[in-house]
Amino acid sequence: MKVQLTLTVNGEERDVFAAVHKTLLEVLREDLGLTGTKHGCELGECGTCTVLVDGEPVLSCPLQQAFAELGAAQCGYCTPGMLLSARSLLDGNPIPTRDEVREALAGNLCRCTGYTKILDAVELAALRIQRASPLERSEPQARAGDSPGARAVVTGRA
Amino acid sequence: MSTKRFSVIGKGLPKIDSWSKVTGATQYADDFFLPRMAYGKLLRSPHPHALITRLDTSRAKALPGVFAVITGHDLPRVKFGIMPVSQDEEALCVEKVRMVGDAVAAVAAVDEETAERATLLIDVEYELLPPLMSIEDSLAHPEARIHEYGDGPNVHKAVSLQFGDVEEAFRQADLVREDVFFFEGNTHLPMEEHAAVAHFGPDGKLTLWSSTQTPHYVHRLLGKILDLPQAHIRVIATPVGGGFGGKLDAFAHEIAACRLSQLTGRPVKIALTREEVFYTHRGRHPVLMWMKTGFKKDGAITGMHFRSWLDGGAYGSYGVASTFYTGALQTVTYKIPVYKFEGVRVFTNKPPCGPKRGHGTPQPRFAVECHLDKAAEQLGLDPVEMRRRHLTEPFTKTANHLTVTTTGLAECIDRVVEASGWHEKRGKLPRGKGIGIACSAYMTGAGLAIYWNDMPHSGVVVRADRSGGVSVLCGATDIGQGSDSILAYVVAEVLGIEPKDIRVHPADTDLTPVDLGSYSSRVTLMAGNAAIQAAERLRARIFEAVAKKLEITPGDLEARDRRVFVKDDAERGVSFGEAVVLAESMHGVLAIPGSYAPPKRAGKYKGGGVGPSPCYSFSACVVEVDVDEETGQVRPTEVWVAHDVGRALNPILVEGQVEGSIYMGLGEVLMEEQVFRKGVHKIPSMLEYKSPTALETPEIHTILVETDDPEGPFGAKEAGQGPLLPVIPAVANAVYDAVGVRVDETPISPDKVVRGLELKRQGKTARVGPEKLPLFTFPAPRAIDSAFGLPADAIAERPFAS
Repeated sequence: MKVQLTLTVNGEERDVFAAVHKTLLEVLREDLGLTGTKHGCELGECGTCTVLVDGEPVLSCPLQQAFAELGAAQCGYCTPGMLLSARSLLDGNPIPTRDEVREALAGNLCRCTGYTKILDAVELAALRIQRASPLERSEPQARAGDSPGARAVVTGRA
Repeated sequence: MSTKRFSVIGKGLPKIDSWSKVTGATQYADDFFLPRMAYGKLLRSPHPHALITRLDTSRAKALPGVFAVITGHDLPRVKFGIMPVSQDEEALCVEKVRMVGDAVAAVAAVDEETAERATLLIDVEYELLPPLMSIEDSLAHPEARIHEYGDGPNVHKAVSLQFGDVEEAFRQADLVREDVFFFEGNTHLPMEEHAAVAHFGPDGKLTLWSSTQTPHYVHRLLGKILDLPQAHIRVIATPVGGGFGGKLDAFAHEIAACRLSQLTGRPVKIALTREEVFYTHRGRHPVLMWMKTGFKKDGAITGMHFRSWLDGGAYGSYGVASTFYTGALQTVTYKIPVYKFEGVRVFTNKPPCGPKRGHGTPQPRFAVECHLDKAAEQLGLDPVEMRRRHLTEPFTKTANHLTVTTTGLAECIDRVVEASGWHEKRGKLPRGKGIGIACSAYMTGAGLAIYWNDMPHSGVVVRADRSGGVSVLCGATDIGQGSDSILAYVVAEVLGIEPKDIRVHPADTDLTPVDLGSYSSRVTLMAGNAAIQAAERLRARIFEAVAKKLEITPGDLEARDRRVFVKDDAERGVSFGEAVVLAESMHGVLAIPGSYAPPKRAGKYKGGGVGPSPCYSFSACVVEVDVDEETGQVRPTEVWVAHDVGRALNPILVEGQVEGSIYMGLGEVLMEEQVFRKGVHKIPSMLEYKSPTALETPEIHTILVETDDPEGPFGAKEAGQGPLLPVIPAVANAVYDAVGVRVDETPISPDKVVRGLELKRQGKTARVGPEKLPLFTFPAPRAIDSAFGLPADAIAERPFAS
């Protein structure tokens, strides 16, 4: 059995006709072709498939920038989920302590990094967001020089 | 240390794929969606050991939406395995299943749900055989053989090697100690579940995209398994979302996807579930170990005898290598003049074990380093001082004929001791707090390929053309460690351009020269050296052309800052792009190969098939722990690792490898276990298979030590596996310092600590660990003279060096 849904994804309205038993992850990946959201388990245990639902469509560029600079993404598979959990943390708690970052990311598993560079990157991003002007804070910070498509990709429009 | 100044090497640059990773743009195997693609599912055995008496797929085939259903009868009847000596696997079992999770049939359908429903309509009848679930079970029941081959009933491999007379060495000792240890099995748990997409094109050629660490070995095996010319098969390794050794074999889902695609004429994707990944395994072997060592009063070792019993699981996989590895590297860290090793790998009806980060060496390293601490206590020596005094010397051979080139272990020890405040803390921390140390060594690339051949272990083509663009083509697979970036860095350094000027095209058997794969910490050294050779050859051609134009000799030129110019007159020169145009005009197409194979050293005995390496990395680790005496919970509070990496080509990437290794070691020593009940995995999910989260991972301090090894690219040695090794025994030694309890088996879980504390309260020996050893008679040893302390042999041959 299928059901018709209208979803707002990355700011765009999308009509979906999907099987009722599908998870949101499957709808995003298979019906909408948004493969940036990853599949890591089937039971909601590892945090890899994290998305923001009814969250502000805030762009995560300072976080992505810090993850890229500090080597917080090794294999990169946990990274999209990790970034969104970090984003959600910083939205509610702009200057978290290291232990608060640990707590907030405890639902996202990573097997490569030992978390150290991820914690460093979230702290660095938080610092930069604090220092940035309100205007800059709301603008994507993609480094066009390093990755021409970054601005499009972070907005989910690539 | 070389004083040469580098432009790229040694800089903490972002990886070349970092923006793809942090934007989610990287396409892993499961992110491939091809037109008309079908979805596959495997039907797996629910029994650990059984004969297949009936297999009927007709009901499944009749289900609407099903394109094809196959069994082992639809594949060539040939067994395969990653090691030539262990050809014991079938993609789809025909007569017999040997573990829960063995695949017996596969379906391709319009979607995953339909494929799964179809597997439930396949009728299979089994005749159950006695399941053999432990080494003792398997040795006690030779009549219930799991395989018909090996070194005895249910014995996959038995080895015995002797380098000098250990009994005589024990007679010369002031103290002879025996200990028994057990290391529990655990698994890789990569975040990306294995996935593969196969497409048999209308031209009759096969392409496989797979999350594999070894596209070359998969390529080789597919030819045999599918009975197709290898020349008609193309394997592309997609970016791997975590490997750690778990994606090093050819797997049932890859093979089934290929055959299903051939039959349906559609691309077929098979993506494993997390539960299937737990059964696919090939992870850390459970190993029982006995060791006996003779010590002089100052802690010098007179000789060591080491025995290991490996619970191999249902198939060979890399197990022969794993067996040798449990006895190979003990001799590399400390002076061990005389050494004897006996090891046996036993088949059981569980998912097969294989290589996981450190392959076969974390288990003996755990044993050796705990054993040394116990001996130090008996001898009244500081565990740091005892280790520090007896380190192997640079450019010497070990008892078992391995060649140590550079070693920075003394500096590693000094640095972690100082950084951790060891001398102020050891034995002086309040009750419940403790500090421990351990050291280790690891290979930088296996000296031999999995299959015997005289070809390069790694090949690189560096291409440049009139656009000024440079491409690097190499069969290596980036599994997150950053090997693509390393290739860009070394080529950029040689050509005097920026890493971002370079595109790296990895791991495509049609387009890239063979690299053996991402295992044994070999990629930076082997692909790095091949890339340097290719880039230097290209640079020579560029210099020749520029020299002609400037009417000077090529030796006067330098490449730097995207320019080629006269060394003593930097203004005189051309841009890199112009230089390439001149070179292409002079030489024609510029696509230049580089090849690497490990050096062949002189000497009759080469150290065996497993253990020899161009050079070894060294690590020292100090861990501080809190132990809750009520609950037995061990909490590491701080970890220091100093790692001799030869040279950090990019310190951020090396730190990342060290931090990840520490984290993984902490998981293994404190919580992770791959355990079974009646053949069924007890905890096949990410929630129940406990691994450290961000909350359980303590503050980590990484110290990089550089020794500029002559074998490494720009002096680099490995960093991806070695730093895991000392973490595990350092935790065990810290627990002892904290509460006086010896837990001689992993994981050091709360129940074991509590049991040890209870024994202590009762006035008994506060030790928790294995109490008995299996009955097994090892074969007579192959006796070889010890090479201990001899100077490193001259290099007899450097294949492909010129």
